[in-house]
Amino acid sequence: MKKLSARRRHPLAAVVVLLFALAATGGLYTAFAPASKAKADDTAQSLAIEEGKKLYLVGCASCHGTGGEGTTDGPSLVGVGAAAVDFQVGTGRMPAQQPGAQIPRKKVKYNQAQIDQMAAYIASLGAGPAIPATNQYNPAGADAAKGGELFRNNCAQCHNFTGKGGALTHGKYAPELQGVSNKHIYEAMLTGPQNMPSFPNTTMSEQNKKDIIAYLNEVNGEKSATPGGMDLGGIGPVSEGLFAWIFGLGSLIAVAVWVAARTAKAKKS
Amino acid sequence: MSSQDIPEENLPAERAAHEHGRGAVSVADERHPFADPGLPPHEHRIQDVDERAAKRSERTVALLFTVSMLATIGFIASYVAIPVEKIVYVFPIGHINALNFALGLTLGVALFAIGAGAVHWARTLMSDVEVADERHPIEASPETRAKVHADFKQGAKESGIGRRKLIRNTMLGALTLVPLTGVVLLRDLGPLPGTSLRHTLWAKGKRLVNMNTNLPLRPEDVAVGSLTFAMPDGLKEADENFQTEIAKAALMIVRLEPRDIKDKRELDWGHEGIIAFSKICTHVGCPISLYEQQTHHALCPCHQSTFDLSDGARVIFGPAGHALPQLRIGVDSEGYLQALGDFEEPVGPAFWERG
Amino acid sequence: MSTTASNKSRSRGGAQAGERLADWADGRLGIYSLAKANMRKIFPDHWSFMLGEVCLYSFIIIILTGVYLTLFFHPSMNEVVYHGSYVPLQGQLMSEAFSSTLDISFDVRGGLLIRQIHHWAALIFLAGMFVHMMRVFFTGAFRKPREVNWLFGFLLFVLGMFTGFTGYSLPDDLLSGTGVRFMEGAILSVPVVGTYLSFFLFGGEFPGHDFVARFYSIHILLLPGIMLGLIVAHLILVFYHKHTQFAGPGKTNNNVVGMPLLPVYMAKAGGFFFLVFGVIAVISAIAEINAVWTLGPYRPDMVSTNAQPDWYMGFSEGLIRVMPGWEVNFWGHTLVLGVFIPLMIFPLVLVSIAVYPFIEAWITGDKREHHILDRPRNAPTRTAFGVAWISWYFVLLVGGGNDLWATHFHLSINAITWFVRVGFFLVPAVVFVVTKRICLGLQRRDKEKVLHGRETGIIKRLPHGEFIEVHEPLSQEQLYTLTAHHQYEPAEIGPTVDENGVERKVGVKQKLRAKLSNAYYGEDSQVQKPTVEEYKEITSGHGHH
Repeated sequence: MKKLSARRRHPLAAVVVLLFALAATGGLYTAFAPASKAKADDTAQSLAIEEGKKLYLVGCASCHGTGGEGTTDGPSLVGVGAAAVDFQVGTGRMPAQQPGAQIPRKKVKYNQAQIDQMAAYIASLGAGPAIPATNQYNPAGADAAKGGELFRNNCAQCHNFTGKGGALTHGKYAPELQGVSNKHIYEAMLTGPQNMPSFPNTTMSEQNKKDIIAYLNEVNGEKSATPGGMDLGGIGPVSEGLFAWIFGLGSLIAVAVWVAARTAKAKKS
Repeated sequence: MSSQDIPEENLPAERAAHEHGRGAVSVADERHPFADPGLPPHEHRIQDVDERAAKRSERTVALLFTVSMLATIGFIASYVAIPVEKIVYVFPIGHINALNFALGLTLGVALFAIGAGAVHWARTLMSDVEVADERHPIEASPETRAKVHADFKQGAKESGIGRRKLIRNTMLGALTLVPLTGVVLLRDLGPLPGTSLRHTLWAKGKRLVNMNTNLPLRPEDVAVGSLTFAMPDGLKEADENFQTEIAKAALMIVRLEPRDIKDKRELDWGHEGIIAFSKICTHVGCPISLYEQQTHHALCPCHQSTFDLSDGARVIFGPAGHALPQLRIGVDSEGYLQALGDFEEPVGPAFWERG
Repeated sequence: MSTTASNKSRSRGGAQAGERLADWADGRLGIYSLAKANMRKIFPDHWSFMLGEVCLYSFIIIILTGVYLTLFFHPSMNEVVYHGSYVPLQGQLMSEAFSSTLDISFDVRGGLLIRQIHHWAALIFLAGMFVHMMRVFFTGAFRKPREVNWLFGFLLFVLGMFTGFTGYSLPDDLLSGTGVRFMEGAILSVPVVGTYLSFFLFGGEFPGHDFVARFYSIHILLLPGIMLGLIVAHLILVFYHKHTQFAGPGKTNNNVVGMPLLPVYMAKAGGFFFLVFGVIAVISAIAEINAVWTLGPYRPDMVSTNAQPDWYMGFSEGLIRVMPGWEVNFWGHTLVLGVFIPLMIFPLVLVSIAVYPFIEAWITGDKREHHILDRPRNAPTRTAFGVAWISWYFVLLVGGGNDLWATHFHLSINAITWFVRVGFFLVPAVVFVVTKRICLGLQRRDKEKVLHGRETGIIKRLPHGEFIEVHEPLSQEQLYTLTAHHQYEPAEIGPTVDENGVERKVGVKQKLRAKLSNAYYGEDSQVQKPTVEEYKEITSGHGHH
């Protein structure tokens, strides 16, 4: 032990610890990760539910209860549907790390196969929205302009006009929408995660949702144009005002200092 | 000044008349313990003593003016050559309009170079000898003052305005009244308010039309935790007065578990937990619709007034003065949601006659 | 040889033609007497004296670009269907004002640039006026004879705010429409006449079909016209009063030291115009402002978060956001205090700084002309008041952006609102006290420097082993500069009983004035300047310090 503690300041110590930690994580992962090969079609569903239940009991049950009935730490999952699981786990919000005003989006813990298994298990507890198929959320051919109007009516009040996010009460917030996949946006509208209200297909049709997704891809994608230059966060006049003060007036004052400064004098000989 | 001794010349008042001092020089007194040594002697710049340096400055100025000319040519070339809709990626700015970027940069350089050239010219080649200019008091001399006063009195006296009261008073009356013509003319800027702020398009039997789909809503469409916006049946976006009507009629529809609704009237005015509130904030009229479905709070994005939709939409935070008006709704014979009348109080911001 | 000669004669010919033209003009306009007084007028050099020029030039830029924009903008609220080149708005219903703004941005070559220059210049214009005003405030340049010019400047700032607001409203986009809606709500809150005012302004119910056209004539004609007149008057007074200057050797209250207008300031100030324009053009090339196409057309039933006005209206936004929702109902009427009180504090915030010069003049009772600027530390109470005012303004700006503070610093929006509610009263008071202390500390340091010289950082060992830091005595120029400021005596009420034993009446105003004067110039509010005796004693007592 003495030897070990003597070497803990060795330059390579951190690397060794990191390797150990990685090995341990990997070992645990393989221990807990289920075999991913599905069996025949008719048994696949029940098998997925079975595997999903195992994952659920390890990762979720402590807050949501062993049967998904909910505890004081987490809501009931009966009837939330597979789409809700796919959204919550697929965006890394679940499993939650710590309580707070809101569960943030973070690194995803499970692979898609595991998420599907958990979703299948939760869906088996009570009927709810299913995970959408690609043709339900694929915005190809949708009307981005109509989507913009729908977005401004239903979404912009919380998420800002191009989906940059905004504040809610008591530290809660509507998250930024850039980098969120089309499927997850669709699922969020469908299921209403956390404090977001839901927009079920009965009041906001599938076509409406596609239009909104098309609009978001147009104005908030990786390659969305900001014709005038830097968008300064795309949050309106506050950042513009800051920019005008710091870079606008700031550089003009720097120029004024140069204009009014004394010119270098010749050295006295 | 290598020594830390106090040099003789630094002693107060003893250097009253500085050797090289120009301009005003004063002696020390109670108010100013240290005498003003006068303007420091003029020091020459490098350009003043070194002709080569001056030449260098001249070339710099000329270069700047030349850069400006080139930038102007660049501006015109960009205007002609770059299509107006072209988007390019410029690191680190992003995907931007090429024409805007090119025109802005060339214009900026063309202007900045002129300015920089002129300033560099002034700073390095024009005389930099500081000159003192005398100030003269702003106040007039006593003689001038007396003369003006006397002239004015004489003029006033000659007009007889002090003596002929009738003229003075009628003139003042006329001058006071004549601006009223302008005020009167403003009357037709707008109609009188009347009771228009008290009424909206909602009336008994008007169906609630979903603004997303333009279809009338059925109770089973509206899920618990969902948020829907509705307008009165018959209103069309292309209508002449759409903006003015929707500014009052916009409706926010949510559904709560009936057991979660604390306010009895709210429950009664809804339909199986479906409740309809005015979307227009009672503070200054922003469309309030940041609905948190778990807390049942609705927040205004403009000024953060927060309303509790499970408790009669009463204000629980922020600058709004009263609850959101609720629209009484029911279901018609065909199973569609309908209004059971207009709002019972004016929607939107409060005003003097609101009561 | 011959070529140079002909060159000479040609240039002489040119000069003669110029002179002839000038003579012609003088015969009709009398320009020579004007030129005599002004051509070689002296302007002192200091960067902070150029802040006013930043404002003047950005104003000119705004006028130039604004005229260009009027060529393409349609100030109409007629609804049209958009078929321009911006795809995500294709087929949408919008007002002609909004659709012509999109055309300027996407279909007119260079239109986007001019729009952005116009808007950036407007933000910089107001920021420049703010800083310029603070420069004048903290250096005491508002004192006699410049009080009227201070008021002109203040009016320009206020008019600039409203010109900006009306311009911001013209595109009829979702953000500006929300701002106009807020304005309508504020007008409705005015007791008795509010509803009528609102109906007259909007030509009926909000939003109606008129406000864009009405704001347009206010924005491009009425307000800028008044501003142009005020700017001319402001500049005439600057010329007439001659510029102030900082204390320094050779600079007195009766002179102004600097460089002549022709040629140095002609080149510097003229060049500065191009520099300002150039900087703003480059900013407009690289940074987007008010991207109305992302905001969409205005609809009174739609809104986006981040609904804020441009920065200069931000403090009023703060006022309205943090005010509690008070509403009084009586006899069938509603008094909307939750909106009306902020509406009344809004001008109060501005007026409180505008009237300060007159209050200070009343307290000092000083009727002399002042052309030498104060260093802020030498007027601790004024400086403390000014910084407290800025902090007040800043607290309100925080309130106006409370949602962004919440999202960017992971705070609760409710907590920020409460902070602003308390800070509105507390922060200026704390800042006042702290600033005054700092000023007095700086005064003490100046006195130290005068008496003991500058710390050189050189450590010297004396023969008997003691280490001392070498202090370098200041030059006469520095000594004079550091002690040139005027120090007032606190006003006294004097004996309340005159020589005959009759009690003299002392008015409340007089007492207040004496009290304030003591707060300004009493022992705790300024550090007495070093006297000749002190200096001599120290320098002769232990010369090797």
